[in-house]
Parts: sequence; C-alpha cells; structure tokens
Amino acid sequence: MESIATINQETAHLTRPILYTQGLTIGYKTKRNTLELEKDLNIKIRNGELVCLIGPNGCGKSTLMRTIAGLQKPLHGETFIAEVDVNNIKPHQYAKLLSLVLTDKVNVGAMTVMDIVSIGRYPYTNYFARLKSSDYEIIERSLDSVHLTSYKDRFFNELSDGEKQRVLIAKALAQDTPLILLDEPTAHLDLPNRVEIMNILKRLAKETNKAIFLSTHELDLALQTADTIWLMNREETLKSGTPEDLVLSGMFERVFKSSAFTFDKLSGSFKVVHPTKGKVSLSGNDVHSTWARRALERDGYQVVQDADWPISILHEEDRWKLEMNGKTFQCQDIGELLSTIREAN
Amino acid sequence: MAAINSYILKPWLVVVIGIGLIISLFLLDLSLGSVKISVEELLNIISGNPSKKSWEYIFFSFRLPKAITAILTGAGISVAGLQMQTLFKNPLAGPSVLGISHGASLGVAVFVLSSTAIFGVTTNFQEALGSWGLVLFAIAGSFLVLLSVLFASARISDGVTVLIVGLMFGFMTGAVVSILQYFSDPELIQNFLVWTFGSLSGVAWSQLRVMGPVIALTLLLSLLYSKQMNALLLGENYATGVGINVARTRLKLILTTSVVAGTITAFTGPIAFIGVAVPHLARLLFRTSNHKILIPGTMMSGAVIMLICDIVSQVPGAQTTLPLNSVTALFGAPVILAIIIKNKKMKGAF
Repeated sequence: MESIATINQETAHLTRPILYTQGLTIGYKTKRNTLELEKDLNIKIRNGELVCLIGPNGCGKSTLMRTIAGLQKPLHGETFIAEVDVNNIKPHQYAKLLSLVLTDKVNVGAMTVMDIVSIGRYPYTNYFARLKSSDYEIIERSLDSVHLTSYKDRFFNELSDGEKQRVLIAKALAQDTPLILLDEPTAHLDLPNRVEIMNILKRLAKETNKAIFLSTHELDLALQTADTIWLMNREETLKSGTPEDLVLSGMFERVFKSSAFTFDKLSGSFKVVHPTKGKVSLSGNDVHSTWARRALERDGYQVVQDADWPISILHEEDRWKLEMNGKTFQCQDIGELLSTIREAN
Repeated sequence: MAAINSYILKPWLVVVIGIGLIISLFLLDLSLGSVKISVEELLNIISGNPSKKSWEYIFFSFRLPKAITAILTGAGISVAGLQMQTLFKNPLAGPSVLGISHGASLGVAVFVLSSTAIFGVTTNFQEALGSWGLVLFAIAGSFLVLLSVLFASARISDGVTVLIVGLMFGFMTGAVVSILQYFSDPELIQNFLVWTFGSLSGVAWSQLRVMGPVIALTLLLSLLYSKQMNALLLGENYATGVGINVARTRLKLILTTSVVAGTITAFTGPIAFIGVAVPHLARLLFRTSNHKILIPGTMMSGAVIMLICDIVSQVPGAQTTLPLNSVTALFGAPVILAIIIKNKKMKGAF
C-alpha cells in the first residue's frame, strides 16, 4: 500500500513515463527461424493516460501486450515499469506495479464476486490472504467504480459477460497498481456494454491518475475515448499519436485499407464501398436527406448536391419528390423511393 | 439478488455440526464391528475398568487405530483430490482417476514383490507394510505418475483427454505390477491382492506412528496453500499477475499430493473415488470454491465419509467384512456420475 503510494507520487513529479520501452523487439523465436513482429520500439505511457492499441488481426497486438506484461520474453530490448525492468522483477514486486485483465476464460464455479476481487489484494496480504479493513475499503471502492457494489455476494459464473468483465476490472483496480493492462476488454460484449467498459476505463484514468493500456478492435470507440492510439500493422512499424493526428496523417486509411471499405476522415468512421451505378442529385441537408443519402449509397449511387443529373430528389412536406427521365414521382418514404428508382433502371 | 449466496446454515454452524458428526461417527466406528461394544462400555474401557478383558484388547489394538486411520485417510485422500482438481483445473481429477494410486501401488509392488522376483528373498508383507522403505517407494511411485500426467496435460487442453492419459498410466503401472506378480511367491501375491482391496484395519499402532505425523503435517501444509490455489483457479496468467510463483506452487502441490496419496496407499491399499467425490460434496455443502473454506471443509467431509464407509465395510452385526475399496467405489462413482450428468459442461463443476 504505502510503497505504491510513494511510487505514484514520485512518478507524478518525474518527467519519466510510468512505462517505457528501450529498443524493444517482439516476436517469436523457434529453433529454425526468428519472426520479428515489431522492431526497435521506443514507446511510453504516462500516468493518467488511456492508450488504445489497435491494428488488424495477426499484426502482433497480443504479443506486444504479453511482452510488455512480462508474460513473454522480448527478442531484444527492455520494458520498464516505474523504472523497473519487467523481465527482471520479483513476482510480488511485479504484482504491485501492473495488473492484468486478460482474454483467458475464467471458470470458477462457486467463487463470489467478492472472492474474485479480493484476489486483487493478494500482493498486499499475508500467507493466509487475510484482509485488513484497509483492504476491504479498496475492494469496496473498486466494486463501486464498476457499479457492482450490490453484486458482492453473487456467484461469478452466474453473471453476464459484461458483468464478468467488470468484476475482472474491479480485481485489477483492487490490485492498486499504477498501470493496468487490458487485452481486448470489450471483446464478446454488446454495444452498451462496450461503451460502458470504455467509459469506466476513461473515467478511471482521469480520476485515479492510473495509466491504462488496452488493445481493442473497436476503432470508433478507441478514436472517441483514447488519449493516445498505438497503431500497429504488419507492414510498418508501430505509430503512436493522438487519435486525431493519426486520422489526419492518413495512417488510419493506410493501415486498414481494403477494397471493401474506406475510412471517411470527415466522420471518423469506416464506410463500406459500394459499386457505383450512377449519380443522383439530392437537395437538402437535414436528417432526412442524410439517411436518404445512406440508402442511396448502399444501393450503389453516388450522391451529389448539384441538380444536373437524370435523377434528382427533393424532400418537402414529409414527402419525397423524385424526378427521373422527365417524369415526377411522389414517394411516402425512403423504401418507396428506392423501389421506384430500382424499377425504372 | 444478494440472497443467492446466503447460507441456509451459518458457516460456523456447519463446522460445529461437522465436528459433532465426526465425533459421533468416530464413537460409532469404535462401537460397531463383529463384536458390538456399547458407548457406555467404551467409556469404561477408556477409564480403565472394562467389563471384558478381550474388549479392551479389541478396542486398543484394532478399533482405535482403525478409527484414527479412517479420519486421517478420509481427510488426506480428499484433500489430495482437491489439490489435483485445482492443479489440473479438472473437476474429475483425483488420486484414483489419474493413476496416482496406481503409481503408489507400483511402488509398493516393486518394494515387496521384486525382492522375491529378483533376489529370491521372501519378504514378510505384514512387516514391510509399516516400514519407511515401503512408504518412500509408494510416494516415489505416485510422484512419478503425477509428474508424467502433469507433463502430458501441459500439451493437452481437453480435460477428458487428461483423464484418459491418467487411465493409460494406470494401465501401464498395472501391467508392470502383473509382471512382478507373475514372478513372485504365491503367498506374497495373495497378500498383495488382499492389500489392493483396501483396508484400514491393517494399520497398527506401530504403523500409525509413521503415517499419523506424515499425514497430519501434509494436511497442515495444504492449509497454507489456500491463497495460491484460489489464484490458480483464475488461470496461470492471472495467478502470475497477482504475484504468485506458479511453477513453485505447482511443485508444492505435486509434492504434497504425492506424499499424502503415496503414504495413505502404502498403508491402507488403494482407496477408490473418495478423492474425486468428496471435494464436490464439500463445494455443495459449503457453497463455495474459495479454498480458504474449501480445504478445511474437504478435510471434514472426507473424515465423515471415510468413517461411514468403514462402518459399512465392517457390516455391523455380521461376522464378515467387505473390501473397503469396493464400498468407497460404490459411494464415489455415483457421485461422479451425478456431477457429469448435472453439469453437462464439465467445466462448470468447479
């Protein structure tokens, strides 16, 4: 407890980040050959920073996670957490610097939420894992942070996937480390749960000044919540920066480029590429036109603002006025609009 | 919602009931047998004025060591089972299922039978039964099998396959035992066969003097492992993450399990299914997988079940006894079947 508090204070005053790597090369070594996934990485995470690691499947996200966590040996270089080399650290010391939330399936029949979260206090307890009142306070606070206070006595196996993930985050919080590392914490969760987990993590980083490092496939969420994004792909070395800078530099488009979709810099989201059948002019800029544009784009039309094209659409008085091949149609909704256009072409 | 985990009985009440149950079953075990000695008479014998001199002899020479052995064996073999279930993350692991008892049998067979098979010297089986040499051979045998199964299981993630691996090791050790038997003295073979039926009455005071401290010590040790075992339940990486030295913990668990299973098997013969079944009974009874409660809970339940099995095997009122190994199998195997049927997905059984 005390030692961690002092570490936190010290590092807050230092310009040194809580985690940094020096010439870190990650990958796998077999008897015959060596596979280098990333070479000579010099990356850092500061206190209170939320860092999201994103990249396509198979680019080595998990390997980087595991290497930084000291669960896998690097090919070269070192990782320092609070100035300590993770590969040269005593188990109990390690557990006070870094807590983990992993993708490993946890199967523990009759363990309660309380049982699981108190395992987070193990680095601080004696041989019998006896909890002091200060331990109980931290456990209560951790459960409160993930909105699970009333779930204390529930069995872990009876919880939903989202609740289980929150319990494991509470366990990591109870461990009270300056750095929390989460491997795909939003995988297998539905949208509300994904957003909630990300919000919780964002808030924790700000409120507790902990550094939070997570890998995810949720690009939208990462762009909206991360302070820093580490972008990984197979061809290039890892790029790190604020989400906005990475978008403007075109990195996002490059890393996730595909013939099936494009990254739209303006909206910050991915769009599926549809083959173009022709151009349609659409006037108006309100909600109705926005959704009509999406429908038309899905159907393979490129939507333009000027009115010189054979098909033009105007929304007025809750109806759609469609002019096509010299004729005028009145449509009730977007569905009717689409089917009219489809019939005529 | 919070009431889901509320106990019907308070934990301390369960402990009081458990201890009460152990004491009454202990007295019952002392009282019942081919000759019935009433509880009143038991008190007379203890206070030093028995009604019959032969009863005093039966009590001190047979019943008392046997009842103490029942408690030690029940608690020991059950905790060994629990440790293996957590170690392998497999609800069906246990000394008899994974071939650990077979390993111990092999050790015993090698120690007892090889002397005649190889050197032509006839050993006295009863004499050998209490010796340190035999105990060490049994421990070495179970350690060897446990280590092999663990090594194999590191390459296999499927729980049922690990059980098959254990079964194969069991067959292999069984084959070696058969070969040793083939070359041994007939009388010795018969003694060995009787030993494989399992019996608590073979343990006399002189042997209890060896077995008692060993089992008691390892049981005390296993009480110290609750923290590491809880962390292991979450998986190796999580355990490492909270500062547990996984490799060292695994070695400790293997060592204590082999010492307990080996020692008990050396003295009582292999005892089937108690090690698998009792931890599940304890989980059900105490409604927790938290080892802080589960380890002492398993010891208590194991002692109770073993005393009951011993009483049943004595067939109260009759002049005959049943092989203990069969009684425990008749009790344990249905429990395992029930667990498999109830949790169609085995992993949920923890």
